[in-house]
Amino acid sequence: MASGLINPNPIIYKKKDRRPRTLSSDENDVEPIDLQEIFDILFSNSIDPEHPKSLEELGVVTEEGIEVDDQKSYVRVTFKPTMEHCSMATLIGLCIRVKLMRSLPSRYKVDIRVAPGSHATEAAVNKQLNDKERVSVVLENPTLVDIIDECLTPSYD
Amino acid sequence: MGMAIESTELNEVETLEGHTDRVWSLDWNPATGHSGIPLLFASCSGDKTVRVWEQNTLSSNRFTCKAVLDETHTRTVRSCAWSPSGKLLATASFDATTALWENVGGEFECVSTLEGHENEVKSVCWNAAGNLLATCSRDKSVWIWEVQQGNDVECVSVLQGHTQDVKMVKWHPTMDVLFSCSYDNTIKVWADEGESDDWQCVQTLGEPNNGHTSTVWSISFNASGNKMVTSSDDLTLKVWETENIEIQSAGEFAPWRHLCTLTGYHDRTIFSVHWSREGILASGAADNAIRFFVDNNESEVGDPKFKLLLKKENAHDMDINCVQWSPGEKPLLASASDDGTIKVWELAS
Repeated sequence: MASGLINPNPIIYKKKDRRPRTLSSDENDVEPIDLQEIFDILFSNSIDPEHPKSLEELGVVTEEGIEVDDQKSYVRVTFKPTMEHCSMATLIGLCIRVKLMRSLPSRYKVDIRVAPGSHATEAAVNKQLNDKERVSVVLENPTLVDIIDECLTPSYD
Repeated sequence: MGMAIESTELNEVETLEGHTDRVWSLDWNPATGHSGIPLLFASCSGDKTVRVWEQNTLSSNRFTCKAVLDETHTRTVRSCAWSPSGKLLATASFDATTALWENVGGEFECVSTLEGHENEVKSVCWNAAGNLLATCSRDKSVWIWEVQQGNDVECVSVLQGHTQDVKMVKWHPTMDVLFSCSYDNTIKVWADEGESDDWQCVQTLGEPNNGHTSTVWSISFNASGNKMVTSSDDLTLKVWETENIEIQSAGEFAPWRHLCTLTGYHDRTIFSVHWSREGILASGAADNAIRFFVDNNESEVGDPKFKLLLKKENAHDMDINCVQWSPGEKPLLASASDDGTIKVWELAS
């Protein structure tokens, strides 16, 4: 990201304390995927390319923005771009999608959307993020995959 | 149809594995499945290959992969289509090219490559006579190509009009009228009005015409060509109709109008719909389900014009990208999925 920060002074939210994950002793246990797992997947990394802070600290993704239904193999993430006109909204959404795609079992259906009223071109961003053909085109573009991978690099803070 | 709906069932004939990534599309060879020739179809995938599958013998329930076409496309192969004679196979790829393949002594050879689109080609289709090809792309354009003797291919028209990527092109089954559907939520109708390749958009079916409210993914026609069905990200199927196919064949264009909307059946994007010659609509969607609809003959004014014949939940483990009826007397249905498999189904009653 060569360009300067679009929002150099974001509000930083405090990270919530969470229960530690207990590892299953039996490998054959079918462990249902719950909210905790989605948090772990999303919050272990910094995936906002503008800010080397975690998405949670920036308030981009909050607990309330994640819905998971393991029975139906369904996750919906509602995120809030750091600014109303944040040009990175699509990229942040793509990173969230790629992260979940790489981490969740393939049976999962994932919807990603910006929070209602949080972005100037909400409908257009949502449509792009949920068109799997467009997403697959992006994932065949090495330059864009590099950018996404960079955004998905863990931030050991 | 006169068939007892309650007794209709869908039997899985075979699951075909081989692709190593999502299967985007498939097309049955129209010259097979009759006259003693076993069925044959091609499938294409995110694994950059095309596979050709053949029925072991006519009416057998086993299919074998006869060929893998690789090392030509460098990215996802999004769409494939056999010429009406079944001799040529066209394949459209995200690598911005469309390839023409010919079966030469049992081996498929790439005999021509169509270049021109700025980026990903998403769909390819032959006209009924087999002398015209249409392609469409993320570059928002639709191209018409003429295929001449010796597989020489020449672009005859570049059609601009869609405001977003074009998802699919489909020729009318009897007339040289082309249909395209797009991420811009519309279906456009293109016809050659002059004498020399003067292709124009003659109709746009959008929201003001009771059209779709999100991306339109696929188009299919009934056998006589007076009805068309479209599937969309808005979770509906829409049936459209026109009049006087005979008059239109003489060069007059009669507009298409919305007949009915089938809603409340799929709960994720409907990527594919295909109308069988016997009048059965099959739809495949991102909800992993296949649904079948038939004309509701007993419908009275205000009743639904189509009724659900059968639903198959969990037909695949992941999104269904394409459903296609085979040629032949007892058509089979093939479905292609993100789970990397193709399944062949028999609708029995």
